Amino acid sequence: MEFFSHLISGISLGSVYAIIALGYTMVYGIAKMLNFAHGDVIMVGGYISLLAMTSLGLPTWAAILLAMVVCTILGVIIEGLAYKPLRSAPSLAVLITAIGVSYFLQNAALLVWGANPKAYTPIIKGSVPHLNISYTSLLTICVCIVIMIALTLFTNKSKMGKAMRACSEDKPAAQLMGINVNRTISLTFAIGSALAAIAGVLLCSFSPVLAPTTGSMPGIKAFTAAVFGGIGSIPGAFLGGIFIGIIESLAKAYISTQLANSVVFAVLIIVLLVRPAGLLGKYVPEKV
Amino acid sequence: MSQILKVDNINVYYGAIHAIKGVSLEVNEGEIVTLIGSNGAGKSTTLKAISNLLHTKTGSIEFNGEKLTHIPPHKIVEMGLAHVPEGRRIFLQMTVQENLDMGAYTQSGKYFDEDLEKVYEQFPRLKERRKQIAGTLSGGEQQMLAMGRALMSRPKLLMLDEPSMGLAPILVEQIFDIIKDLHKKGTTILLVEQNAQMALSVADRAYVMETGKITLSGTGKELASSDSVIKAYLGG
Repeated sequence: MEFFSHLISGISLGSVYAIIALGYTMVYGIAKMLNFAHGDVIMVGGYISLLAMTSLGLPTWAAILLAMVVCTILGVIIEGLAYKPLRSAPSLAVLITAIGVSYFLQNAALLVWGANPKAYTPIIKGSVPHLNISYTSLLTICVCIVIMIALTLFTNKSKMGKAMRACSEDKPAAQLMGINVNRTISLTFAIGSALAAIAGVLLCSFSPVLAPTTGSMPGIKAFTAAVFGGIGSIPGAFLGGIFIGIIESLAKAYISTQLANSVVFAVLIIVLLVRPAGLLGKYVPEKV
Repeated sequence: MSQILKVDNINVYYGAIHAIKGVSLEVNEGEIVTLIGSNGAGKSTTLKAISNLLHTKTGSIEFNGEKLTHIPPHKIVEMGLAHVPEGRRIFLQMTVQENLDMGAYTQSGKYFDEDLEKVYEQFPRLKERRKQIAGTLSGGEQQMLAMGRALMSRPKLLMLDEPSMGLAPILVEQIFDIIKDLHKKGTTILLVEQNAQMALSVADRAYVMETGKITLSGTGKELASSDSVIKAYLGG
């Protein structure tokens, strides 16, 4: 029974990683860049939702919606100001810029909201009777599943979603189809950032402390999850996130709380040694 | 015959390299015009400049009387100019059907079923394989898909860049039969080819390109019998 509750908590932690990892993987897929500022957008989402609930007194759903709107705008602005001018720059320049944006966001948060951690009120309280499983955990898993289904339908069935896949595969060819590549990239950042806001709310409901650095470690782990699952692949991000969550949770329970992160990253290294493209990394047979 | 494309004295640079030096050419409605020349002569670069994938430094390009030089590539497709790029560039990880969907991206969807039916009629092989991932198609099938995809945008002018590249001779003939057929059905075509013999055999008019310049032009028949063309490109 104890194992079961660790497993569930691992899956729900993993669901948060998966939601964050989707942002990494979609942006990587289309812009071929690692947006290291993604984790910090989560933190912004956390603060906005917290302020909306406490200072503005908005109901929970409105607070989440506001956080999503703010993060979406933030994501699109970051892309437009910091990354778009570097579209044809070497990838290292973009990577360094992304790290710079990450520090910028953290320090801006420090300036605006201060260094003292703030207490976050979980969006739902309580746990399942007789089981050590919180309602937050269950909600997180449900939200993750809904997001996965919605995104899969979007990328496979909708015109914009297919255009996104076309852009991620071949931008000049996508342009020749009449697809506005810049707008499609912005849309990807918008979706990723809206998801980051949701992840922020869920993450803070899990561990109800919020500080300017709150997003960075989950961000890195979600990035790990994306690589683990095969970066660029949406089901891969989902699978990777859940795996990382379970490994972390079980490692915390049965090995050592301090070593949990090391175990997670050690597993990543082993997986990448065996499957360099990640679990679902794609190799498409190509005939000429 | 009304003029559909007019390229007037354009210059294109790759960094410091002057790749296209004062090229002018025209395509009239209903024609097949071919641009032949050896590897590196600037044929593909000319097409990319027309689609605005490459910046044209000086000179003008007009399509249906509208200047293209400052219109972004995705808008040019909307105006009715389709470009099948060199190397086909189909979306290898998407299905055949999805590739065709992307071809119709600029369309409202009103003619989608009708256009799809036409493409499948022209390329029955694609219909058989419509749920297959495009990366698993043979080279010839991929070329057909690239052409079908371009046709889905209901082009007024179809630009084909080296459709015969990398194909077995029998497939080259098949592709050229398709080009002739499309022409017969009223599609205007600008064809870039290294296979000069095949290209000249289907073309109404032709231009010969060498190191970034147009060196000769005339009807397909004239050029096919011109000494310098025979020597340089037809292996005479």
